[in-house]
Amino acid sequence: MEYEPVIGLEVHAQMLTQSKIFCSCSTVFGGDPNAYTCPVCTGQPGSLPVLNRKVVEYTMRAALATHGTIAPYSLFARKNYFYPDLPKGYQISQYELPLSSDGYVEVQVDGGRKRIGIIRIHLEEDAGKLVHDLSSERGSHSYVDFNRTGVPLIEIVSAPDMHTPEEAAAYLRKLRAILMFLDICDGNMEEGSFRCDANISLRPRGQKTLGVKTELKNMNSFRNVQRALDYEIRRQTALIDQGDRIVQETRLWDAARGVTSAMRGKEEAHDYRYFPDPDLVAVVVEPEWIAAVKAYLPELPEAKKERFVREYGIPEYDAEVLTSSKPLANYYEACLQGYAKPKIVSNWIMSELLRELKRDEREIEECPVPASNLAQMLKLIDEGMISGKIAKSVFEEMYRTGKKAGEIVKEKGWIQVTDASAIERAVAEILAQYPKEAEEYRKGREKVFGFFVGQVMKATQGKANPQLVNELLKKKLLG
Amino acid sequence: MELYKMTAHRLGELLRRGEITSREITRSVQDRIDQVEGRIHAYITLLPDLALKQADEADARIRSGDAEPLTGIPVAIKDLICTAGIRTTCGSHILDNFVPTYDATVTDRLKKAGAVFVGKANMDEFAMGSSTETSYFGPTRNPWDLERIPGGSSGGSAASVAADECILSLGSDTGGSIRQPAACCGIVGFKPTYGRVSRYGLVAFASSLDQIGPFAKDIRDTALMLNVISGFEPRDSTSVNLPVPDYTQSLINDVQGLVLGVPREAFGEGIDPEVEATVREAIRTLERLGAKIADVSLPHSAYAVAVYYIIAPAEASSNLARYDGVKYGFRAAGTYELLEMYKETRSQGFGAEVKRRIMLGTYALSAGYYDAYYRKASQVRTLIGRDFAEAFAKCDVLVLPTAPTPAFKLGEKVDDPLQMYLSDIYTIPCNLAGLPGLSFPCGFSSSGLPIGLQVLGNHFQEEKILRVAYTYERNTDHHLRKPNL
Repeated sequence: MEYEPVIGLEVHAQMLTQSKIFCSCSTVFGGDPNAYTCPVCTGQPGSLPVLNRKVVEYTMRAALATHGTIAPYSLFARKNYFYPDLPKGYQISQYELPLSSDGYVEVQVDGGRKRIGIIRIHLEEDAGKLVHDLSSERGSHSYVDFNRTGVPLIEIVSAPDMHTPEEAAAYLRKLRAILMFLDICDGNMEEGSFRCDANISLRPRGQKTLGVKTELKNMNSFRNVQRALDYEIRRQTALIDQGDRIVQETRLWDAARGVTSAMRGKEEAHDYRYFPDPDLVAVVVEPEWIAAVKAYLPELPEAKKERFVREYGIPEYDAEVLTSSKPLANYYEACLQGYAKPKIVSNWIMSELLRELKRDEREIEECPVPASNLAQMLKLIDEGMISGKIAKSVFEEMYRTGKKAGEIVKEKGWIQVTDASAIERAVAEILAQYPKEAEEYRKGREKVFGFFVGQVMKATQGKANPQLVNELLKKKLLG
Repeated sequence: MELYKMTAHRLGELLRRGEITSREITRSVQDRIDQVEGRIHAYITLLPDLALKQADEADARIRSGDAEPLTGIPVAIKDLICTAGIRTTCGSHILDNFVPTYDATVTDRLKKAGAVFVGKANMDEFAMGSSTETSYFGPTRNPWDLERIPGGSSGGSAASVAADECILSLGSDTGGSIRQPAACCGIVGFKPTYGRVSRYGLVAFASSLDQIGPFAKDIRDTALMLNVISGFEPRDSTSVNLPVPDYTQSLINDVQGLVLGVPREAFGEGIDPEVEATVREAIRTLERLGAKIADVSLPHSAYAVAVYYIIAPAEASSNLARYDGVKYGFRAAGTYELLEMYKETRSQGFGAEVKRRIMLGTYALSAGYYDAYYRKASQVRTLIGRDFAEAFAKCDVLVLPTAPTPAFKLGEKVDDPLQMYLSDIYTIPCNLAGLPGLSFPCGFSSSGLPIGLQVLGNHFQEEKILRVAYTYERNTDHHLRKPNL
């Protein structure tokens, strides 16, 4: 039988506020263990949480950018469970009344657009980190680092609207880009500031009711999310095909082995006993506050893409790529400041620049070629200083050394030869060298022309102005 | 008269006139402690050196003309209010080595006011009890009868004032833990409106009900302490940002024009006849002094104890989860695995009553029971609040007994939780509604045990309560009686 996978994703995104969600400790990553702690975030007796309103504002940005409704009244709840990295014995989260609900994002899949629902977005605090030392002389010890405790998170729960691992990846990419465009999350998946759990079930194609789902955890990259979902689809398909039942459980993705495996039952058999946190008052959001946050929302990927198409006349595909991250879009527009031919800039970025970055696994922020340098190089082509062909080598040098195009061209002697007499000499030499081919051309075998262009360029080490080479060759061959 | 017997306002006058020093008062109180503490056991921790140091600082401040009303006055602090650098045990084994690095808001305010810290007062473990018998450090005894309980949970705070082992003290009230011991010990105890006094640094029992308040020998001292501890605290989301009046301004010896509501339900089954007669007589006294009496009803208060014993344990089960042996406090020795460490630490660290309430609360919040217990209780709590709102439409304050009986004997109810829980039948509704309530002495039983009258007001109407209590006090002399120790 053919099955349709049904996928829903839960994303935890760390908010980029300066201080923690319920105290004024710094959220800075790294630092000595427990350097950024206080009585509140270490759960000392008698300490009380006070909500950082910046976190509410950031969450509202995320909600507005994903077309969500913002609740005028929302509540914090306690999620109770014991673990040493959870100093109060409960996590403060939102449960019955989250800050936002009913949003969506649109993704581009298989040439079409698809809307993926967001059920809710809520605020919560992160837990701490356990450090295990197995080498100690007195036997193994575990330590707790509370620096991360109380770092603000938002949880974004999607509707079960995705049906392929590719759709899931597209949704995650779009969501991450939106949060980064909003300047509320750094999107770093390896450090865990953007992490994702997936719920997945199968059902016979055409059936409406949902099958039994499993929850997948421990996937720290887009690729791993896709791989884990792929694996889980195969695993569940095989089970159903042989007449077995799917067990509802949490499964951990093992990237090294490429498999998911069930967590032990005890670890997940939690009754969290949620109830409203009596230490915090309700979050009341007045319409004026929403309006103020809305007014300062930056341009989002979708709007930017449309503007690029409209304003710069570039194809939709180019615009989609260039707006996939905010720094990349900024880079593109900075280039245009110095060189106003949008499609040419787009071509260079999408082919040369992104290829180099991808090879080195670098982000656009780490690009050694400043946008202004790329613009300057493109100008040199227009001015006839360098040929388009040489330009590719110039660019590689720029990327390698960080130097400016003009400098490289001078150093390497790559300035284009536009002196007609010098080119004429080269043409004459080549024609003298290949009389037979010249004869063939004159008899009508036009293909040979390309051969002569190549030979002349070779003789001038690629520096000859191709247009002049064309003109002079034609003149000599026919004249 | 010996200094330790006097009120804070009287001592303040003498201090400011330069007739006595804070060191003398503190010495006098410490001598008194030496005499009687062995019999009372009001304190978990005494602070003799700190107290004298603070007294000297207060004397310097008084000499420089910078004295406030409580400068140089010896106070006791219930041992679940955090004091930086001073052990804060909550009456529990699990925190018997816990030294906070920070002061509670009220501790900080008392320090700024120049008060002298005599010691940390005994209490029921984590404030769970009505007799101070559940303290890990042993019970406190009632100064009026050493065979009897001082009330609870703030029994140490109440007994220390009643036995003149301090001039003023702080307690906390979750279901009556200030008012009931005040009644048992024949002194004044005041639970302010929820949010009036910051809970920052008050170790939580039930966060939505807990409130800090004073114990005092008379109403003026109560007002002085309220002036110091009240007010907004940005570190406490539930503290209320409203201006704090000068509560001594409401010490007016006149109740004419005030309407006192007498709840029909307050003289029901289980009330001791002597308590009923004494309280009714006190109400008649107020009537003679010019107050009008109105008959009111609080129909849902019959459910208050049941509601309280769902909500308070539910919150407690979560509030007490942090005592896990990981970060501070007691950790059971000889365990090697996490779950084992948790179980042993909490089994050995908590007493029976605390365990009972953690289990009750955990049950009430469990999947499948939440709607039937916690949610239902929250709904009834709203109805109880509405009863009060309707009552206060007809009267200025409510007057009723503080407790159904005078102080009972040690051991009498400690093995019967339900009987124990009923000691708070008249005090609990006020906490559920977040209202202010005061208990003051209004007479004695035939066996010489104090009986308390409770006055409840609407939210932030502490002033009306003080006025009624002050008028009664000015026209009677029950507050002047002292136990014979």
